[in-house]
Amino acid sequence: MDPRIGTALTVLIGVPAVLIGYIYLTEIALRALPERYKPRARPWLWLLPALAFLFVFLIYPTIGTFIRSFRNADDTDFIGLNNFQKFVSSDATLIALRNNILWVIFLTVFCVGIGLLIAVLVDRVRYESWAKGVIFLPLAISAVAASLIWKFMFDYQPPGEPQTGTMNAFIGVFGISPVPWLQIDTFALNTFALIGVMAWMWTGFAMVIISASLKSISAELLEAARVDGANEWQVFRRIVFPLLLPTIAVVSTTMIITALKAFDIVYTMTGGNFNTDVIANLMYKQISFGDFGFASAIAVVLLIAIVPIMGVNIRRFQAQEAIR
Amino acid sequence: MTAVAQPREITAPRTTSRFSRGLGRVGVHAGVVILMAIWLIPTIGLLVNSFRPAQDVASSGWWNGLFPPYNLSLDNYAAVLSEQGIGDAFVNSLFITIPSVIIPILVAAFAAYAFSWMSFPGRNLLFVAVVGLLVVPLQTTFIPILRLYSGISIHFGPLNFDTLNGEFLAVWLAHTGYGLPFAIYLLRNYMGGLPREVFESAAIDGASPVVAFLRLALPMSVPAIAALVIFQFLFVWNDLLVALVYIGSTNAANSPLTISIANLVTSLGGNWQLLGAAAFLSMALPLAVFAALQRYFVRGITGGAVKG
Repeated sequence: MDPRIGTALTVLIGVPAVLIGYIYLTEIALRALPERYKPRARPWLWLLPALAFLFVFLIYPTIGTFIRSFRNADDTDFIGLNNFQKFVSSDATLIALRNNILWVIFLTVFCVGIGLLIAVLVDRVRYESWAKGVIFLPLAISAVAASLIWKFMFDYQPPGEPQTGTMNAFIGVFGISPVPWLQIDTFALNTFALIGVMAWMWTGFAMVIISASLKSISAELLEAARVDGANEWQVFRRIVFPLLLPTIAVVSTTMIITALKAFDIVYTMTGGNFNTDVIANLMYKQISFGDFGFASAIAVVLLIAIVPIMGVNIRRFQAQEAIR
Repeated sequence: MTAVAQPREITAPRTTSRFSRGLGRVGVHAGVVILMAIWLIPTIGLLVNSFRPAQDVASSGWWNGLFPPYNLSLDNYAAVLSEQGIGDAFVNSLFITIPSVIIPILVAAFAAYAFSWMSFPGRNLLFVAVVGLLVVPLQTTFIPILRLYSGISIHFGPLNFDTLNGEFLAVWLAHTGYGLPFAIYLLRNYMGGLPREVFESAAIDGASPVVAFLRLALPMSVPAIAALVIFQFLFVWNDLLVALVYIGSTNAANSPLTISIANLVTSLGGNWQLLGAAAFLSMALPLAVFAALQRYFVRGITGGAVKG
């Protein structure tokens, strides 16, 4: 028998048993405490496993990375801002930075724009759930599988060979010669191709949330506007869109974070070659090269880019708690 | 339908607007169908090719597989499962995913219960900190954890290793830490919305917090837990980065599907029939889970995002 099955069974039964056992144990331990301290101590015992994991896997390493970003490759010496200087002076990082900016702008615009378009369109057809399912499905598959699906779409054979890639076969019908989509970096064409793949995966996410918000707009309100003589475009522009704005803002922040963290698609489709690199892939490459100082500095840049969004999230959360 | 409801209002300008509305309807259908085609064709292309023999795939486009002679078979699937190690990788993915789903959800459930139904100083501040941790990029955590892991050496029973890097345990623990902020956030929002009277009357009847948690809070939170199971399952099963960092080059025998398939892209190049078969094997389970529990998934993301 595969020895891993033994381990897996131990984990499957053991871990829940240990965790639930822990909660029972805290109750027994609490009996030793005087009555008035019990309600004070109990929450901390319940939170302890979660706080321990959060500290060890998120807080401590973030501080560690921050410190390491000021140290050299093998973590033996303090080198001040050298790693950050390297970041702003190397062509590779600047291209990655430019690409990430393209990712943030265009992934957000594509996903939110097309998601909104689809949500509004399918609201008017009877096969709505089918259409939504089709758009939504890519969200369930891995970015690696999505990359394969699209690498095949973009497949390129030299002119004269049979074009089996769908895109090149399609443009071939119109007599256009085949294009090596993933290698052309003029106007960052290949980066846009990669962003398109990510948009194919994530548009369903934007669509589902916008669609749920769309359904919550009262039909009477829209009917009243139509009776007053507003045409469909005016109804959308003046009523539906403003009511959807808060939802669109929420979806946009999620898409911005997704774009900043983009990794799998670049790693699988181009490996960052042909000027398609992004910060997350650059950082992974530095880990595999063993330059932990520089890798840490890249991670810190990524963190700094995300911190403002963290602020927005917290403020929105507090606003919600206020109306709860 | 407007025309049926108000037939007497049909005047000249109305007729034009009905005509343009008719055009509009055609436009809506055309738009939806075109978008559906754009979303489906890439997948169908690779799916068809995954059933075709190598020489056909290299010499003609996938659409030829839709017309006779079909020449389709499952040979490519058999080949990747045995020869390319995709079978092993599938099992590894299961080993990685199942504990990585169970552990964080249980740990998060305790914390969410404490955040919802126990009062203690600093509760709101602590929860705001968890909300802040939601967006911390995983990249900022890799290096210190790698260093931490490399110092852990255990030789005890089934645990037998000199460094935690490369072990399944390394990924289980990491995914637990990474998955917790969202799990706590979602569960707390749900548990906090359960009716207060239920917990008050349980306390009056002498039920301890443990009993209230196991008998009331957990069973009542099943929809939120189901949504979380799908999120965490899809996240871990589809994850490439975390697996690359903590298992990656150290222990290739433990590679999940995502790493194995990413490697095949380099080693198999243009063998789309094999790459396609591997990709669809990796998609089978998440699509099945997704199809079965889609209701909870959609409710989870709309609830999570619209509510915040």
